[in-house]
Amino acid sequence: MSILLDLERLSVRYNRLTALSDVSLEARAGEVTTVIGPNGAGKTSLVNAVMGLIPSRGRVTFPLWPKAALSTGARVRARICLVPETRDLFGPMTVLDNLRLGAFVARSERGFDMEARLAEVARLFPRLDERRHQQAQTLSGGERQMLALGRALMLRPRFLMLDEPSLGLAPLVVAEIFRVIEQLKRDGVAILLIEQNARAALRVADHAYVLEGGEVQLQGSAATVMADARVVGAYLGMGRTGGAQGPVAEPPERIEGGLASGSEASRPARDAGVHHARTRPAIGAAS
Amino acid sequence: MTFDIAAVLFQDGVANGAVYVLLATVLVLVFTVTRIVFVPQGDLIAFSALTLAAFEAGHTPGTVWILALGAALALILAGGKAAGERNLAGLASAALWFGAVPAAIVLTALFLVPKEAPLLWKMAVTCALITCLGPILYRLVFEPIAAASPLVLLIAAVAAHFGLSSIGLHVFGAEGVRTPGFAGPPLVVGDLVVTRQTVGVIASSLVLVGLLSLFFRRSLSGKALLAAAHNRRGAELIGVSATAAGRTAFIVAGLIGAISGILIGPMTTLYYDSGFILGLKGFVGAIVGALAIYPLAALGALLVGLVEAFASFWASAYRDVIVFTLITPVLFWRSLASPHVEEEAE
Ligand SMILES: Nc1ncnc2c1ncn2[C@@H]1O[C@H](COP(=O)(O)OP(=O)(O)OP(=O)(O)O)[C@@H](O)[C@H]1O
Ligand SMILES: [Mg+2]
Repeated sequence: MSILLDLERLSVRYNRLTALSDVSLEARAGEVTTVIGPNGAGKTSLVNAVMGLIPSRGRVTFPLWPKAALSTGARVRARICLVPETRDLFGPMTVLDNLRLGAFVARSERGFDMEARLAEVARLFPRLDERRHQQAQTLSGGERQMLALGRALMLRPRFLMLDEPSLGLAPLVVAEIFRVIEQLKRDGVAILLIEQNARAALRVADHAYVLEGGEVQLQGSAATVMADARVVGAYLGMGRTGGAQGPVAEPPERIEGGLASGSEASRPARDAGVHHARTRPAIGAAS
Repeated sequence: MTFDIAAVLFQDGVANGAVYVLLATVLVLVFTVTRIVFVPQGDLIAFSALTLAAFEAGHTPGTVWILALGAALALILAGGKAAGERNLAGLASAALWFGAVPAAIVLTALFLVPKEAPLLWKMAVTCALITCLGPILYRLVFEPIAAASPLVLLIAAVAAHFGLSSIGLHVFGAEGVRTPGFAGPPLVVGDLVVTRQTVGVIASSLVLVGLLSLFFRRSLSGKALLAAAHNRRGAELIGVSATAAGRTAFIVAGLIGAISGILIGPMTTLYYDSGFILGLKGFVGAIVGALAIYPLAALGALLVGLVEAFASFWASAYRDVIVFTLITPVLFWRSLASPHVEEEAE
């Protein structure tokens, strides 16, 4: 399959802190590529840099759409979309306006049908359709997530990046989001999925990267990564309920010295517990 | 007060109010797209009238030097940034917008506007000069801090105003000017005599308010501009550059400022520093519309004009005081009308 996104030795620095160092990654047409890793691993920095929202070093190329690398706007026009971790909706505008704006760059293209796109998104997220005249800022967290995803889908993306689409959602809503991801995958949309919910992510993914401390610690087909003993221990919580195992590799000094080093260690363990156990049957039931 | 006097005052008030409408409209426009309270809009209006007056007198207007200097600075800034990023498209657009276009306008103003040129041509060149200042001002003052809080932007806007009016004093001198009115006899409606100027001001402000209101309410492009103010990153992610949105708003601000100056020039004497008081009055109107709703802001601005006209009849020394006191009940009313909204987290 052809390569859609080719990252070569990508590095992101914030002042003194190195959030990503020399990350190389590929995403292929028709595949779901997932990046998992603990909090602060640099996942969000990765997709933001790929989208051109923050400065980075190294090479970001989209072999099929060479012009896309020029700017964020050029990526959007090439139908490369990001649903950011912060959602970035237009709060005072209605759901409908947010959705329409999602297709802003396509509005005058030949063959583009706004109503058809809206209907398609309404079919995927009936809940949004019921609230089409509500202000985006008054939506619940889950509805906001759906709107952010819906806004990106309005453009009929060819390559879609999702930054923790299930963040903070109830298990049933997580299942709904993953159902949409699977549907998109069936429709042939290439996806780069950032997830804390490693089990669900690895299940839909074809290829997986484990990012820790700004570096790729492990990569391979989703099946191999899922079977890796270290991943099982750290992210899938098959081991003890205490989840005392550390991440795949010890995080480098600079991250350990950071503000969140204590809570970082406990996050995978929490994910490994109740959350996963409850989402699993929900997803199973939905798909 | 007789009916006749009231009618004249009313007409005056509406004509002045219409100018404030133009101002309030721009304030709303710039604020909704960029979160900037564009204090220097009044300066653009004053500069426009001063420019036209200089053309009439057969001088080279000082605006030419302001534009040349501003464009050169903007070109260095924008060109340097684009070159640093090895961004060829950016370099080309900087060379066009801050190089070629201002240069063409400056050269036209220097060599192609003789004293005896038709008034319409002088007005057109005035419009071009002032309109071009808008995006340059944005590039120099606001674009570098575009993501800052509204308070920081306001401080920058006030600073820009003081900068502009000191430059204005330098290049235009301290004398006031009045520009010639539009040709043609005044119109007579019943007992009232209405100048063409007044009709022009009122008509253009009405048309403008209507157009802008429709554009931002109905069209997707209008909403895209607003989106840039609601959430910069969100706008980038739908392919709308917040910088381009800001630049667009400032081009429109420059154009409306230029037109306002040409319209108001024959009605009142304008000095290099008249902009501030004008701007404040437009601002009172814009506040009535919560810096967001065009028709309300227009109504507010009209009200300011009327209050001013009647105040100058009864207590002319306190005219401005009365107008600015108006803002207190208005703010009180707005604070009741709209619940406190948290500053959007970005
Ligand atoms: N704007 C910024 N300025 C300074 N440091 C930042 C900034 N953004 C992120 N960082 C730091 O960079 C590191 C990587 O952050 P990033 O958001 O990419 O992590 P992440 O993997 O997405 O984490 P999470 O799972 O919590 O979302 C963190 O240590 C973070 O504190
Ligand atoms: Mg993140």
